[in-house]
Parts: sequence; structure tokens; C-alpha cells
Amino acid sequence: MAKDHVGGSEDYEALIEEVLAAYPAKSAKRRAKHLTVAKATDEEPDATTGIASKCDTQKSNIKSVPGVMTIRGCAYAGSKGVVWGPVKDMVHISHGPVGCGQYSWSQRRNYYIGKTGVDSFVTMQFTTDFQEKDIVFGGDKKLAKTIDEIEELFPLNNGVTIQSECPIGLIGDDIEAVAKQKNKEHGKTMVPVRCEGFRGVSQSLGHHIANDAVRDWVFDKEDSDAVKAYEPGQYDVNVIGDYNIGGDAWASRILLEEMGLNVVGNWSGDATLAEIERAPKAKLNLIHCYRSMNYICRHMEEKYGIEWMEYNFFGPSQIAASLRAIAAKFDETIQEKCEAVIAKYQPLVDEVIAKYRPRLEGKSVMLYVGGLRPRHVVTAYDDLGMVIAGTGYEFGHGDDYKRTGHYVKEGTLIYDDVTGYELEKFIEKIRPDLVGSGIKEKYPVQKMGIPFRQMHSWDYSGPYHGYDGFAIFARDMDMAINNPVWGLYDAPWKSAPEAIAAE
Amino acid sequence: MPQSADKVLDHAPLFQQPEYKEMLKNKKVQYECGHPDEMVKEIGDWTKSWEYREKNLAREALTVNPAKACQPLGAVFAAAGYEQTMSFVHGSQGCVAYYRSHLSRHFKEPSSCVSSSMTEDAAVFGGLTNMVDGLANTKALYNPKMIAVSTTCMAEVIGDDLSSFIAQAKQKESVPEDFDVPFAHTPAFVGSHVDGYDNMQKGILSHFWEKAERTVTGSINIIPGFDGFAVANIREMKRLLAEMGVEDYTILGDVSDVYDTPSDGEFRMYAGGTKLDDAKAALNAKATLSLQEYNTPKTLEYCADKGQETAALHYPMGIQATDEFLMKISELTGKEIPESLRMERGRLVDAMADSQAWLHDKTFAIYGDPDFVYGMARFLLEMGAQPKHCLATNGGKKWAKKMEDLLASSPFGAGCQVWPQKDLWHMRSLLATEPVDMLIGNSYGKYLERDTGTPLIRLMFPIFDRHHHHRFPTFGYQGALTVLVKILDTIFDKLDDDTIIPGETDYSYDLTR
Repeated sequence: MAKDHVGGSEDYEALIEEVLAAYPAKSAKRRAKHLTVAKATDEEPDATTGIASKCDTQKSNIKSVPGVMTIRGCAYAGSKGVVWGPVKDMVHISHGPVGCGQYSWSQRRNYYIGKTGVDSFVTMQFTTDFQEKDIVFGGDKKLAKTIDEIEELFPLNNGVTIQSECPIGLIGDDIEAVAKQKNKEHGKTMVPVRCEGFRGVSQSLGHHIANDAVRDWVFDKEDSDAVKAYEPGQYDVNVIGDYNIGGDAWASRILLEEMGLNVVGNWSGDATLAEIERAPKAKLNLIHCYRSMNYICRHMEEKYGIEWMEYNFFGPSQIAASLRAIAAKFDETIQEKCEAVIAKYQPLVDEVIAKYRPRLEGKSVMLYVGGLRPRHVVTAYDDLGMVIAGTGYEFGHGDDYKRTGHYVKEGTLIYDDVTGYELEKFIEKIRPDLVGSGIKEKYPVQKMGIPFRQMHSWDYSGPYHGYDGFAIFARDMDMAINNPVWGLYDAPWKSAPEAIAAE
Repeated sequence: MPQSADKVLDHAPLFQQPEYKEMLKNKKVQYECGHPDEMVKEIGDWTKSWEYREKNLAREALTVNPAKACQPLGAVFAAAGYEQTMSFVHGSQGCVAYYRSHLSRHFKEPSSCVSSSMTEDAAVFGGLTNMVDGLANTKALYNPKMIAVSTTCMAEVIGDDLSSFIAQAKQKESVPEDFDVPFAHTPAFVGSHVDGYDNMQKGILSHFWEKAERTVTGSINIIPGFDGFAVANIREMKRLLAEMGVEDYTILGDVSDVYDTPSDGEFRMYAGGTKLDDAKAALNAKATLSLQEYNTPKTLEYCADKGQETAALHYPMGIQATDEFLMKISELTGKEIPESLRMERGRLVDAMADSQAWLHDKTFAIYGDPDFVYGMARFLLEMGAQPKHCLATNGGKKWAKKMEDLLASSPFGAGCQVWPQKDLWHMRSLLATEPVDMLIGNSYGKYLERDTGTPLIRLMFPIFDRHHHHRFPTFGYQGALTVLVKILDTIFDKLDDDTIIPGETDYSYDLTR
């Protein structure tokens, strides 16, 4: 399947022009602001990666163009699907019609330990299943009754969140009043979240709204028994923005504990409400997914004086650098243990790289994901000798693109809120050895004969965080790229004409 | 350290290693502030009691684990069955991401669909601009022959009028005046995905038929309905029609090639589908046959209004349902059912007879879309098996009545309960208090399998956690054979599992069964 493919900044600039030419003028102008090639910069290279480039697109975090097949989701997806959904001992009501909760049911692989339906509720779909009369007459009464029924049938729930779907904000329901009333009646935490899908331009505003709901409906309420009973220690940290996809948070926690830290709360994969409530008493917030939870970290810094720092547990270079940076916030005991942890895992890292790097060296990768991954996973590919040809964010903001410059080299293709059309054309022309994106992108890319891994759900594998996760990551990339199926696409009787002529 | 490059452990074995088990135990004890184990056990047991069942069945407001999706999903599925057609869903964009993901996870195939990406300003001012720009962009980028417009609940709540919006978009030259833009209002707060399917089918047909003159021909139309097995079922149906020598027919909404494109280096955004010219000409057909009545009430009513004869089946699976399908086709086309199909039928009966001892009086719970549940229950009755619970979250009173009539028609239907508008948390109570041998449903049923130990057979959309089942038919005699084998395999696997302990139970671990 030898096809012409492009590479290098000049080619990419031309490719962007070519792709934009397909749009009507008005839309071409709008989309042009989201597509760029990473440029040289005078900034100091990043201390760990040694890289500095300028990746800021002119625009990000603005409305998607109608009709172009954006890959983005909505605010509800950002709140219910990402931030709140994984909190395991609370019931999360998809408040409105049935679909939103149905399509997002059990799809994010937020692993947790618990008896589902008894003391844990993550992989369940609770909905008010709005009917026409609820739209016409309002849904507050139904919501109130729904909460009562949850209380009766799921008595071990430690609280309820109300995840608003589109109609709620449009019909003027007062879910806050219902939440207050039910909090009084049942004495449990009730969290109304105004994450209607039409708010904002992507999942991103849903994250923000969900963060604000933590502040307003958990932190700013009276201390619970869990908070009162808790005695803070000097090594207490929170992990923020790890959703435990395929067990990511567990493969991270084990490292932090080995170096002597206590992970008081993990937000929000495998979390209980107590882990959320106690967070303000920790010494340090470690934030992995900056995009989805920086808001609450900033709030905790401002209100409770808790410092926060970003870290990256994808790939051994960043893991070691992150562990050291975290340890530097504590005393020598922790720093020594940190070195011991890095040393302990070094043989595993060496083995993994020795086994997989020769099979992956020089292979090119295009990414299109959300949250932190368009930059954070880059270094894991670097560690395996792979090269990033292009990357982009579904719902990144300017600060994400700025940070991306510390990860990808000059000449990398950058695409923000990419459309189905653009992504297909980019992939077709660049023909990378691997694409990492989501379920909607997986099958079109594979049809083109290009290996693919879902980088939202880890393609039903994982964890990818931590040292244990890196081994899985390396194996998965290897098996995607080096599977024999890619060589079977062409029927032998339909060989390329020149090949036949040469025989 | 459990991990190694030699043998990489992923999540399933990794977290069973002692290091992780210890870590998770500590997390629970030190940080989670959960309920005591005894209490969790006690409540867990209580959730499986009759007392709990009664409270559970008395729910009025809360829905837990429903077995239905919303209208636009069905609309997108229906429109996908037409030649080079792009679905355009007017409203919030997150919905479209969900439909596409849902369909791709089931079919393991691309699912293309666009949104008009309405946001807060559109909620205030309406989404006309989104429609105008959106249609133009879709046409320019994806080169469809037809754009089928449906709605999310946001657009429905604010009352956007598709007919007027599309007309205005055409005036503004988003797409040419004669470009096909059928539409259907598909409010998510009415009915379910099967109603969305119906509305979009009607929308497409009325777009083509409304101003056309009807000249009756001998052709017939067949509407398959929303079906997770559509790829193989439609192909199987075409084979049956070919066996009968029926050539003059139109499948309205043929997704068989759409959700089953080859891997040969080319991504086909559009493949197969009902030709638009054929959809137009379908007005002239003498009759329209729906394979799933509850998927097509409005569409069939529309066909009848146009003067067509109409008929509806309930998922032609099993002996009698396939007989009816063939006889109906024969009646409508005047073609005889050939001997080859009688042989096929005989082979299926032969297989059922061979296995009848393993099926007789086995008890089942079934859930899914109304037509599927009906068809499945009917086939079980034919096998001498006993359906005990038949549940459809999107089934209404009429469906329940029809189910009861079916069950009353066979001694094997005695004692079976029909549960319209109930969900899978209700089903959990039913299985806990009145257990059955097997559960038939979709992937969501795996939680019921875990909680109640009832083996699950996946025969209903969506199937996310098993691959490629939809590539094999369940329709017709051949399809029934596939279904029969799945059921038998489940019975035999369970029996083997139950008798596999050496020196204890393996006297029954028989080589021949």
C-alpha cells in the first residue's frame, strides 16, 4: 500500500491549506484559526524533555462550527461522564431524558472496588427519564420523588448528584431548591450540577461547573463526620484528575505510597465522598488532568492554602521526573524513598524498553484526544523511540497549547477541535504508523489500514499510568502496530500494476 | 514486583497481585469511610428479597438501568440505511458524539453523523443560523446525496421548526433547492429509539412521496426496523427473497453494507443503502411490510394513507414467524415458497428435535425492544422452553396485551409475567425472587448475570462486550439455527461448569450430551 505521504512543516502548512479549501469561505476562515504547525520559540527548553516549541493555535475553546462533524461532547459529559460519575458511593442522576445516561453508561472504565447497587453505583444508569409532561409541567417534583426512591432502595448511598441534561435549564426547573430540601430531609449530601449539554462549547465547561459544584455543595457545607474524624498528617496528598481508567490511579497510588506519601483522596476514580470532603486538609494537591480539575486546585490554594503541582505518570522519563518533583516538596525521608522507588523500577523500565523499543523505534504517531493526553502521553512514546507527527485537543484551552510546547518539537502538526474531514485528510496524507484517538475515530482509521489505539478508554486495556502501566502501554502499542492483519489488506490478485509489470 | 516485560500483566491479573490487594485494602480502611462489611452484606441480601422487590416495583419516578435509548439514535440508524445519506442532528453536539459512539461500539464500524452544534446563544435565539451554516458545511465536506435532519431534545424544547428552517436554509443557498433534506422531529422525551426510527422513516418517505403521483406496481416494500443484527438479518432476508424468485422489492432503510464495510485500505463513509430513486419509486409499491410493528406504526399508517396494503410482523425469528414472513411475501408477490426453503425449514425443525430434551421446560427471562421480545418468546415456546419474565422498557400496554395473548396460546407460556415499562433494576428483583435458567438480552444484562448468577445470552442491541455476533443472522430459519445454537451452548457450558470438579461432580461431566 505504498502511498505518497507528507512530512515536515512546509508540507503540513500546505496540507492545512488544502484541507481548508474544502470548506465554504465562512467556515474555512473559522477553522483556519484552529490549525497550525508548531513553531520555533526563544523560550528555554523544558528541563525534562529538553523541548521548546510554540504550539498555540490562534483559537481554542470556542464554539464548534455546525455541520462539520466535531468530535467533541458536551458539558454533561464533562460533569457526569468525567468529574462526578466516578465518585462511587454517590448516586448520580442523569436528570432529563433517557439517552444521555444510556450512552454514557459504563463507558469510561472508571474502575472501582465496591458492591455495585448496594454501596457503589458507578456502573449504573439512574435517570428521571423525562416524558413530555415533565417538560411541560416541570420536573422538580419528579426529581424530588426520584431522590426519595433512591434513598429507600439504595440506603447505603452517601449522597446524590443531579446531572442536568439540556431541558433542565430550558424549562426553568429549580434543582437547587430540590437539593436543599432533600438535604434537610435525608441528611445527605445533595449536589445539583448545572451541566446542561448546550452550556459552553465542549466537555470543558462541564468540568468547570462540576468543580464549582464541589466547592459550593461539598466544601462550603458543614463538616461531615468523615472530616471531623480525620487527623491530617504531614505526608498527606490528594491526587486530582485521575479517573482510574483501567486502574490508572491504582498504578499511580502504589508509587506514591511506596515513597511514603498518604493519598488521602483520589479525585475522582474509585473515590468516595469522604475523599472529596477531606481533601482541603491535605498538604499538597497533585494534579494529573489539569484541564478538568485545575479549577478546584486553584480554589483550594486560595481558600485553604494548599499548594498544587502538575505531574505526569506516562512513561518512565516523566514518571521519574515527576516523582522527584513531588518528593522535593517534602523532607529527605521522602526524597530518599523516592530514589529507592525509581531504582526499584528501573530494571522493569530497562526490560520493557529493551523489548519494545527496537520494534517501535522511529514509528510515527498522530494523537487526537482530550484533557491532558495530547501532551502527557507524548513522552511515553518518546521513551519508546516513537515520533509524534501531530497532536490536538478536543476541548483544550490556550494554557494547554502553551504547555504542549514543552512536549512536541517544532514542525508538529497541531489541530484543535479537529473535524472528521480534517482528521481523515491529515491521516490519509501523513500516513502515520499509529493513530491514538477515540471510538468514533477508531474504525475509519483502521479501514485505511492504519493501526489505532483508543486513547480515552485505553482500548479496553490499561492501566497506562505508572511503571506497571508503562509496560502495558508499550505492549499495546507494539501489538497495534505489529499485528499481521495490516499486511492482509490487499488481495494478492489485485497487486499494484507496477509490481505485476516488474515480475 | 508483579509486572515484567516478559509477561505483561494488564488490569485483570495485575490488581489481583498481593501488592495491589494490600494497597486497596488499606485505602478502604483508612480513607474511604465506607459502611461496615456486615451492613453491606445485609443490605445486599435485602436487595434480593421479596420485600425489596415490592418496593422496587412500586417505583414511580426513578428509572434504573433502562433497556431503551432515545429517539434520535433510532433516527440516525434509520437514515443510515439510505444511499449516501448523512444524518444531521439539530441541537446540542454532545448527543451526536453519543450516538456515533454507541453505534460504533456495537457494530465495530464507523458511524458518521453531524450536529448543528447549538450552544447557549442558540438556546435563546433559536438555531436557524446553525442550520443554515451547518447544512452548507455538511454538503461541502461530506458530499452526501441526502441530508436527513432529526432533533435533540434541546431543539425540541425551544421549539425549532425544522420544516421552516430547512426551507430558509435552501433560500439562503446552503444547499440547492432540489437537494434532498428530509427531516423528522425526534424528541428524546417521547417514546424511545424505536419511535425515532419510525419518525425518520416516515420523514424520508413523506419527503419523497408527498408531492408524487402513485402508479401502482407489483413491487413490495420491506422495512426492517431498528435491529442490532440488521447487517446479517437483511442479507439473510435478501437471500430468502432470492430463493423465492422475488426480485421486485425495495428494502426501505438497508444498513447491511453501511455497518459492514471491508478493510482494504479505503474508509467508505457511505456504502450501500437504499437507492434514493428506489425510495422514491417505493410509493408505487402495492404493499409495505414491516418486520417490526412497534418500530413502524406511523410509517405504516402513512403507507396505508397512500393507498398501499400494509402488514407488520414481530421480528421474524423461529419457525412460525419465518413461516408467516414467507407466506406473507408469497401472498403479496404471488411467488410460491420453493422446496429449498421447505428443506431449510425441515433442517431447523430437525435440529430442534435433536436438541429438544435439553430445551424442554428450561426457563427464560427476556428483555429488549418490544418486537424482539415477542419474537424471542414465540421461538422459545416453539422449543418447549418456558419464558417466565418478558420485559420491555419501551413496551406499552398494547404490547403487553399482545404478549399475553401469545403466552396464552401455548401451555409453555403459562405463568409467564409480562413487564411493560420496567427496567433492568426491576429485572434484578425478578431474577432474584423468581429465578430462571437463562437471561436473554444485551450487554447490559451482564450485570444481572453477575448479581443473580443467571447465564446471559446476547441477542439484542447493543452488544458491546462480544464481537461480531451481529454479522450472523437471527432472522429466518438459518438465523433461528444460530439462536438455537447460542442457547444450547449456554446450557451445555453451564452444565459443564457445574460438573467440572474432579472426583466430586465430574461423574456428570459427560462426553456426549
